[in-house]
Amino acid sequence: MSTPDPAVLGRLREIVGAENVLTSPEDTIPYGFDGTAALKGPVGIVVLPGSTEEISEVVKLAAARGLAIVTRGSGTGLSGGSVPSEGCIILCLTRLDKILSVDDANLTVRAQCGVITAAIDAAVQKHGLFYPPDPGSMKISTIGGNVAENSGGLRGLKYGVTRDYVMGLEVVLPDGRIAHFGNACVKDVAGYSMKDLFIGSEGTLGIITEVLLKVLPRPAARRTMLASYDRMEDAAQTVSDIIAAKIIPCTLEFLDRMTIGCVEDYAKIGLPRDCEALLLMETDGHPAAVAEEAEQMLALARARGARDVRVARDDAEALQLASARRSAFAALARVRPTTILEDVTVPRDKLAEMVAFVAEVAKKHKLLVGTFGHMGDGNLHPTFLTDERNTEEMARVHEALEEIVTKTLALGGTITGEHGVGLAKKAWLRRQVGENSHDLMREIKRAWDPRNLLNPGKIFD
Amino acid sequence: MKPSLKLLDYSILQQCMHCGMCLPACPTYVATKKERHSPRGRISLMRAVADDELKLSPAFADEMSYCLGCLACETACPAGVDYSNLLETARAEVQSAGLNQTFTSRFWRTVTMRGLFMRPRLLRFAGRLLWLYQRLGLQTAFRKMGLTKLLPPDLRRLEPQCPTIATKFSPQLIRPVESPAKKSHRVALLTGCVQDLVFAELNRDTADVLLANGCEVHTPSVQPCCGSLHAHNGEAAAAKTLAKRMIDLFPPSQFDAIISNSGGCGNHLRHYGALLADDPVYAPLAKLWDTKLRDIHEWLLEYGCLAPRTGLGDLTVTYHDSCHLTHGQKVTQQPRDLLKLIPGLKLVELPEANWCCGSAGIYNITQPVQSEQLLVRKVGHVIGTGASVLATANPGCHLQIARGLRQAGSAITLVPPVTLLARAYRKEKSAESRTV
Repeated sequence: MSTPDPAVLGRLREIVGAENVLTSPEDTIPYGFDGTAALKGPVGIVVLPGSTEEISEVVKLAAARGLAIVTRGSGTGLSGGSVPSEGCIILCLTRLDKILSVDDANLTVRAQCGVITAAIDAAVQKHGLFYPPDPGSMKISTIGGNVAENSGGLRGLKYGVTRDYVMGLEVVLPDGRIAHFGNACVKDVAGYSMKDLFIGSEGTLGIITEVLLKVLPRPAARRTMLASYDRMEDAAQTVSDIIAAKIIPCTLEFLDRMTIGCVEDYAKIGLPRDCEALLLMETDGHPAAVAEEAEQMLALARARGARDVRVARDDAEALQLASARRSAFAALARVRPTTILEDVTVPRDKLAEMVAFVAEVAKKHKLLVGTFGHMGDGNLHPTFLTDERNTEEMARVHEALEEIVTKTLALGGTITGEHGVGLAKKAWLRRQVGENSHDLMREIKRAWDPRNLLNPGKIFD
Repeated sequence: MKPSLKLLDYSILQQCMHCGMCLPACPTYVATKKERHSPRGRISLMRAVADDELKLSPAFADEMSYCLGCLACETACPAGVDYSNLLETARAEVQSAGLNQTFTSRFWRTVTMRGLFMRPRLLRFAGRLLWLYQRLGLQTAFRKMGLTKLLPPDLRRLEPQCPTIATKFSPQLIRPVESPAKKSHRVALLTGCVQDLVFAELNRDTADVLLANGCEVHTPSVQPCCGSLHAHNGEAAAAKTLAKRMIDLFPPSQFDAIISNSGGCGNHLRHYGALLADDPVYAPLAKLWDTKLRDIHEWLLEYGCLAPRTGLGDLTVTYHDSCHLTHGQKVTQQPRDLLKLIPGLKLVELPEANWCCGSAGIYNITQPVQSEQLLVRKVGHVIGTGASVLATANPGCHLQIARGLRQAGSAITLVPPVTLLARAYRKEKSAESRTV
């Protein structure tokens, strides 16, 4: 690792203050990774700016010196998007943590990029409003990171993903200029929709510093239900039946047997360990509609042979169930030292087939796998439980992943539903989107950031 | 063999997949927003040491000492990382490398860890001297004359927290064996060190509550320190010696339960099995010991606790979770349930009830700034509840929050849940004796 240039360090300290430039190994090693297992990189300098202007100055300095910048929020990403590259400056934006305004009249909220996702919903809740995207890490993930990764969550089926809520962005461009895109208007067709280019750009095109988000009236009622099954296919079929009955619940999540066991070991909330699949269902909206939909969903689950069907007693239990589901990924880490999480997504009607395929592949390669995910969106999280130090087993994991990706693409699916490409999935991007689309993406990146200074090596080489 | 991160089972380090779920639960991360001050950040440093990517350094030692050891991260961690094991190993390694020691810190370590807390009789003698100093009015005189200004700044700040030593210690309050009218269980009562000097009455209350619930209570008059202070501060060998002495004094096969009424001690006490795993003689005994060790609140509810028929009048109480009781021992609901048994007592939930108060063993001496911030945060929440009593079940939290409340000019009193329960039983008894 090269030693940082003293002149660069001096200037950085001038811009953000000496206490916000970290260089000692004890300070920087903890920034060598994000939430992605088994990925880490070398860290030289970590900079913690406090304002958009400071970010702009840091980017100008980096551009002048030809230094790469890897931006991060709380570092909970799941595709290695904020893992440092050689010689880069890590730009950590957690200090920009102010909610700037909640606008009741226009149903918007304006926030700095480092605000915690859950804090946004908590702030608008006081106004009777609702910010629906709820990624698994929402208690600590930052909104800037959510926008950069276009994060999903448990409510995608009914409410969509982060992109569906972004109305405007403030972005620092690769040369340090500050640009604003979008506004509080519901309708706006003035020119290219530039904000949409930045949403999900994974820190490769600009640094998102401020967001203007759409919020909704808070649903008056909510009901959470849990159904257990002896066969995964029955759970998947229940989901198809619910959608065919013209019901759009906000959440349809599933856990397989392995995942149920791990989640129960952690949360201890009495999940049944002896079933093959658990389906967590939630409907929200007008109380009358919620009551009717909940009844229908329970009946459909029973008709598909659910062994046990129950309704959460109260809000506290509903919250407990949803939190338990959010812990699934990390809870699986109890079993083996390394946890390789995938994010493949297929059209909803192919989900049962895909789940069965994952189980088959794991068996064939003699691997442990836990699968859970968003059944209503077709978004699966097959999670291989392995050991990164066992090279022979890791080779089998990679073979299995290869087969899963091939199958996903054959079914018309995507390699990543909500985690992003980052480092973890860039090998497969071209195969999914095709040569022309892949080339266009790279041309945009080259035109925009010709020296490849913003998050180099992510999405594509 | 000296404890070291390199010799530690590597899978314990690998268990952390750095998902970040611990960050919002960690008081030092939330206060600073720097990864180094987070559980996963500290684990990454430990792993770097184990991997030879980082040398043991004063900065590493500082970081291990900056951690409160509150274990809120263990409650938050879905992956079940054994953080306390990692932290104790790292601290022990820092300790044996002799890093980051000043003459004064070495002096106090020797006096406390190797002196007082290894010798229960000496500790009681020191306690008696302190009692005398307080009783003879010397403390008041010193304070009035401003002589406390001569103390080093950290001790000067904490001097008002210096607890009033109890007039009677546990052996003067509790006979070695006390039997209930109708005996259902045979239990041992651990009286603790600070607990015994300062809160001996709580030990009496604990014995009373156990007796009221059909337990024969065994309380030997001289008991060793449990060793938690040593284990948490890198003195592994001393911790093992003390654990063995404890097991010798209380052979686990002879009791239905071994009762601890201090959150911090209890969490260490129930892990003797791991501590003595390599000891050919004590390993099986320690394993059995772990299965017998109970926190008092947990034990009382295991067989259903007798509800007092008389209350303590209208009383609004809030409850603060001691870190090692809730995060370490996972005893969270039981103290609340016990409080709810008392007629007329209204329990209001304390916001951030399980957030560390900053006492954290000797943290308030070693890390005064962070400790004080946490105390102010805690006291603000306590006052906000409108309760007149704060119940908590750990002597460290008790002393720390009491000082904070005094500084804030609050009249809220601190009473352990067991004491409230004992008072209710006593009131019931005296009401009965009046009616007879």
